[in-house]
Amino acid sequence: MTTTTPPVAAGAQNTSGRPTRAARVRKRLNTHTATLIAIVIAVVWTIPTFGLLVSSFRPENQIKTTGWWTFFREPEFTLQNYQEVLFGQSASSGQLASYFINSLVITLPAVLFPLAFAALAAYALAWINFRGRDWVYIGIFALQIVPLQMALVPLLSFFSRGVSLGGVTLMPAWNLDGAQNFAQVWFAHTCFALPFAVYLLHNFISQLPKDLMEAARVDGATHPKIFRTIVLPLVAPALAAFGIFQFLWVWNDLLVGLIFAGGSDVTAPLTVRLAELAGTRGNEWQRLTAGAFVSIVVPLIVFLSLQRYFVRGLLAGSVKG
Amino acid sequence: MDFDFTEQSPKLMMLLWGLIAFAVVVGGLLVLLDAVPAFFARRREARFATAAASGAPPPRQGGSQEGLFATFFLLPAVLLLLIGLVVPAIRTTLLSFMDGGSQNWVGLDNYRWMFSDDSIVRVLINTLVWVTLVPLVATSIGLIYAVMVDKARLEAVAKSLIFMPMAISFVGASIIWKFVYAFRSEEQEQIGLLNQILVSLGGQPQQWLLDSPLNTLLLIVIMVWIQAGFAMVVLSAAIKAIPADIVEAARLDGVSPWQMFWQITLPSIRPALIVVVVTISIATLKVFDIVRTSTNGNYDTSVIANEMYNQAFRYGQNGQGSALAVFLFILVIPIVIFQIRNLRQQRREG
Repeated sequence: MTTTTPPVAAGAQNTSGRPTRAARVRKRLNTHTATLIAIVIAVVWTIPTFGLLVSSFRPENQIKTTGWWTFFREPEFTLQNYQEVLFGQSASSGQLASYFINSLVITLPAVLFPLAFAALAAYALAWINFRGRDWVYIGIFALQIVPLQMALVPLLSFFSRGVSLGGVTLMPAWNLDGAQNFAQVWFAHTCFALPFAVYLLHNFISQLPKDLMEAARVDGATHPKIFRTIVLPLVAPALAAFGIFQFLWVWNDLLVGLIFAGGSDVTAPLTVRLAELAGTRGNEWQRLTAGAFVSIVVPLIVFLSLQRYFVRGLLAGSVKG
Repeated sequence: MDFDFTEQSPKLMMLLWGLIAFAVVVGGLLVLLDAVPAFFARRREARFATAAASGAPPPRQGGSQEGLFATFFLLPAVLLLLIGLVVPAIRTTLLSFMDGGSQNWVGLDNYRWMFSDDSIVRVLINTLVWVTLVPLVATSIGLIYAVMVDKARLEAVAKSLIFMPMAISFVGASIIWKFVYAFRSEEQEQIGLLNQILVSLGGQPQQWLLDSPLNTLLLIVIMVWIQAGFAMVVLSAAIKAIPADIVEAARLDGVSPWQMFWQITLPSIRPALIVVVVTISIATLKVFDIVRTSTNGNYDTSVIANEMYNQAFRYGQNGQGSALAVFLFILVIPIVIFQIRNLRQQRREG
């Protein structure tokens, strides 16, 4: 520690205490480097997406021969890539419009089912007294850590061969065909989502005021009535939070879609098709750039418009334990 | 160039059926639950009336009808979890001791294969690299950014920029970064940003995704890019939750921002920090989409989840695929135990 009195640095705000020269210089450096580092991170995080977005509006021959940054020197704007990747009919063109509909068809029920079932279960675990409640909750909570990889192979064979135990058929084979295959994707997504959904909604529902519930019970309201008229409206933000989670998860999922939806344009979601385009035609950048944005735009809109709920759900799901 | 909407109608019909099924199942359950309790409510009222009349304390609620309600509320979720997760997980464990066609028991062969086959050992090492680097780097960047933009101008915008990749699918993110890593030979103009930077600094363009082990690191960058936003949001909320008087007291004592960070901020947000690291670690263990989209696991970049998919669903080796899945599960367990320990400790301290 230096004992010489340092010259007062311009802009130094902290005059109370005994700031050493080194500390003060460091502090000033800190604020400057802080801003600089933040800006660098922000740029690195934004540029790749921005570059792809710019590219998606450039003509094919330009995408393939020059970098997207040259766009600002000689701008040439086209929607041809989107037109082709969405509606083109040749096998290699993408046909993403069809896959886009698949993604929608997969996502809606795959969000609604777990949402409803998890809300019911979370209510029962929080407010109905029954024997073994804690054990059921711990069981469902623990299932969160089972990677879905653990379930893929048997679940697929359940669908194709059914479930039988000791010769007794518990569930017949589904024998789905064509668009019916969506049902099996919904089923898989619903099962995989439930542990986290129950956990997240339980966090919210169990924190509702006890007095409110007891007052309702004293007034003679039954559990279903309390659930519908009191609990559901009060935890609407939590339902929204989980809804967004599940929406992003299902829309962006590749693994479940790949295994349970197959690869054809009848049922496969956008992600499966995009991964395929990236793999086999890795250099057809005009399709990949536009295609990537077609898949990004829906979750991005959902995300940006409902970010508040999403963040709240994220914090409730991860920090409160 | 025309798109036939009539071809899409079976899908939309299926969606309609799905929504009808949803309405019937959930609506039906609620109606059923309304009808059954109406009966019990009458009975309970009668019991309350007799209890009040005789001056005895009212009977405790609970017992059979509570159990009945619980059963119906829990039925769909528990049933689906049993069919979709519990039974399959048990079966996968059994399958991991059987051969590729799931016909004969082979004991520990699949696990022995996992640790002796060079390519699979490589996969395990790659997974280890992923699960070490991603949580560390993503959390650090998220933390640094959260501290730097805290109370800065345009904080909300600055945060959104980092947070946005969370909305992008792993597949989309991989394509975005594949474009950054794109390669053109030396005579041509570069179209990938990374090679362009390298060339303008006087270097040779590189085939980034082909050279091991650098390619694994470059794929890790994609995962960090996605997860840093998550870390940033959670940690930023934790930083804002630090009591203002502590910060104020420290400031009056004249601590530098540096000391503030290490002595006040970091200890205060420790619980959130642990949650973030654990969550990202588990997500990283299961990473599949990035590897599959970017390199398809070639050039020594494969990880467990990707190899599991290949073994079980491409090569028809159910036994080996299952063994990899079980191993993945085993890797998750210590992380979770660590987190539970921490939670307990926190509760005791709090």
